[in-house]
Amino acid sequence: MEKKDFHVIADTGIHARPATLLVQSASKFNSEITLQYQDKSVNLKSIMGVMSLGVGKDADVTISAEGADEADAIAALADTMKKEGLSE
Amino acid sequence: MAEKVLKGIAASDGIAIAKAYMLVDPDLSFEKTTVSDVDAEIKKLHDAFDASKAELKVIKDKATQSLGAEEAEVFEAHITILSDPEMLGQIEGKIKDDKVNAEEALKEVTDTFISMFEAMTDNAYMQERAGDIRDVTKRVMSHLLGVTLPSPALIDSEVIVVAHDLTPSDTAQLDRKFVKGFITDIGGRTSHSAIMSRTLEIPAVVGSETATTDLNEGTTVILDGINGEALINPTDDEISAYQQKAKDFAAQKAEWDKLKNEATVSKDGKHFELASNIGTPDDMDGVLDAGSEAIGLFRSEFLYMNSSELPDEDTQFEAYKKVVEGMKGKPVIVRTMDIGGDKHLDYLPLPEEMNPFLGYRAIRISLDRDDIFRTQLRALLRASHYGQLRIMFPMIATLDEFRQAKSIFEEEKAKLVKAGTPVADDIKLGIMIEIPAAAILADQFAKEVDFFSIGTNDLIQYSFAADRGNEHVSYLYQPYNPSLLRLIKHVIDAAHANGRIAGMCGEVAGDQVAVPLLMGLGLDEFSMSSTSVLKTRSLMKTIDTKEIAKLADKALNECVTNEEVKELVEKNVFGK
Repeated sequence: MEKKDFHVIADTGIHARPATLLVQSASKFNSEITLQYQDKSVNLKSIMGVMSLGVGKDADVTISAEGADEADAIAALADTMKKEGLSE
Repeated sequence: MAEKVLKGIAASDGIAIAKAYMLVDPDLSFEKTTVSDVDAEIKKLHDAFDASKAELKVIKDKATQSLGAEEAEVFEAHITILSDPEMLGQIEGKIKDDKVNAEEALKEVTDTFISMFEAMTDNAYMQERAGDIRDVTKRVMSHLLGVTLPSPALIDSEVIVVAHDLTPSDTAQLDRKFVKGFITDIGGRTSHSAIMSRTLEIPAVVGSETATTDLNEGTTVILDGINGEALINPTDDEISAYQQKAKDFAAQKAEWDKLKNEATVSKDGKHFELASNIGTPDDMDGVLDAGSEAIGLFRSEFLYMNSSELPDEDTQFEAYKKVVEGMKGKPVIVRTMDIGGDKHLDYLPLPEEMNPFLGYRAIRISLDRDDIFRTQLRALLRASHYGQLRIMFPMIATLDEFRQAKSIFEEEKAKLVKAGTPVADDIKLGIMIEIPAAAILADQFAKEVDFFSIGTNDLIQYSFAADRGNEHVSYLYQPYNPSLLRLIKHVIDAAHANGRIAGMCGEVAGDQVAVPLLMGLGLDEFSMSSTSVLKTRSLMKTIDTKEIAKLADKALNECVTNEEVKELVEKNVFGK
């Protein structure tokens, strides 16, 4: 399993357009991918799941992937997080 | 004879003849049933999801082409929701475990998500997503039930749109190439749909009450936006008569267009200022096309309404600057935030009120929340450097309110000047006259306020104690009533006695019966929808101010009712 921690810097947290792009990016991989925030974790391929977490600015979240393409998935998601200004 | 003639309120001039497009939700009701073949039910569900997705992709592409990527983004969001494995999984689970039909399973699961998002009352963005889920559910449900859901973005032939009411999101999807006009059940001259039709410059009839029940998909309709009528299934003779009428109207418009670069003068050579009301910087094209001499009202609400949070200083500055620069030195009056009454912001919850129109709105919010107000004033001050910007405060009732607003303005101005930011030093500060208390005390206000702009929609509502949105009291919308005209005269006289300008930016300023009277009362500036500017310029050229002053005097002192004044003007000015 691959894991990576992120500190959210976007003023609006993870919602709106960046959330959609994150989900779209996760959906390209076969691995099971989850987003963990505080004590809850959701399927990162589910827009409703991601939005229901209500991740705000300054939150610490963890993305984990498990499956054949787990390393690629984490790299791609880290890239999206950065490009969309969600994290550094 | 046409099958039926529908009568409504003429919201936007023009004639259109086309087939009806019913922008009406189909019947999506269903029975909850128990299913025996679970696999078949799940396949039905998948087919409906796939069909919905395919449809949304087409809509998205179409919307991107005709409306732009930004308007099309909502459809991408809908596709993402449909691709959500959790949601689909839960619906499948319901079918498997509870043996219910796909329709019931879909409804139960989406209802849970909708209430979850709606419960996030501290987050307006999430609450809006509840609406997205609702829209997506409707689409999937329509496929499950085998009925057609209207998709305005897919309209690709000339139509007249028929709807109960048109929401801003509906109108955003309408392609003006194909939508030749629209007719709604509800609404008045100042409702969103009516204002939109004038901005789009397409004929519209609103408040017909029964359009959605009397019309069917594909029925031929003649829409007469001049008289507020719609002819259902007209005869060939009627069609040719209206084609002629449409031609005459076009010829008349061409005639008005010649006045585009002319000054606005009365028959005896007196100049009046003709200005436009705008809602967003996008309305500038209409302003320039109409040859307006100023912008008499730039409503700043769009900045607050089309956003999921308070607009920051830079966003506001760019919008104001664009308009001020676009007018190339001609005056632009920006009205500060007029939220409250019938305009709400999800991210700025206002208290529940018994009478919102008499409550916490406009300048009352600005003075209470001066953080919001200061941001807006700073943006305006910075934009003032790029042309002739004026600032107007809405809903002023007392001189104290104006003084407070002015002193906040002066503080922000001093700060910017100290920081070396370029700011015009002669920014005029005015007020809307829409509350009778301010109108009556106009002689005192005129000593301190640079200009007045009479807002007739509210001034009428407050003078007659009649909610402008309540159709049961709509007979009290009496723009020619001598009591209102006397109040207006008092305001104009008070302005002139102090060397100030008196303008008007309500619907009445472009009303063809009121315009001559207002000229007679000496109103200086008339601000209206851009589409009314040339028509009004043409009318003003035929009016002799000395003669019309006598007629106005008669209207104020001899007439008793709204109707009497109207008849007086129609007889003497229009020879009717």
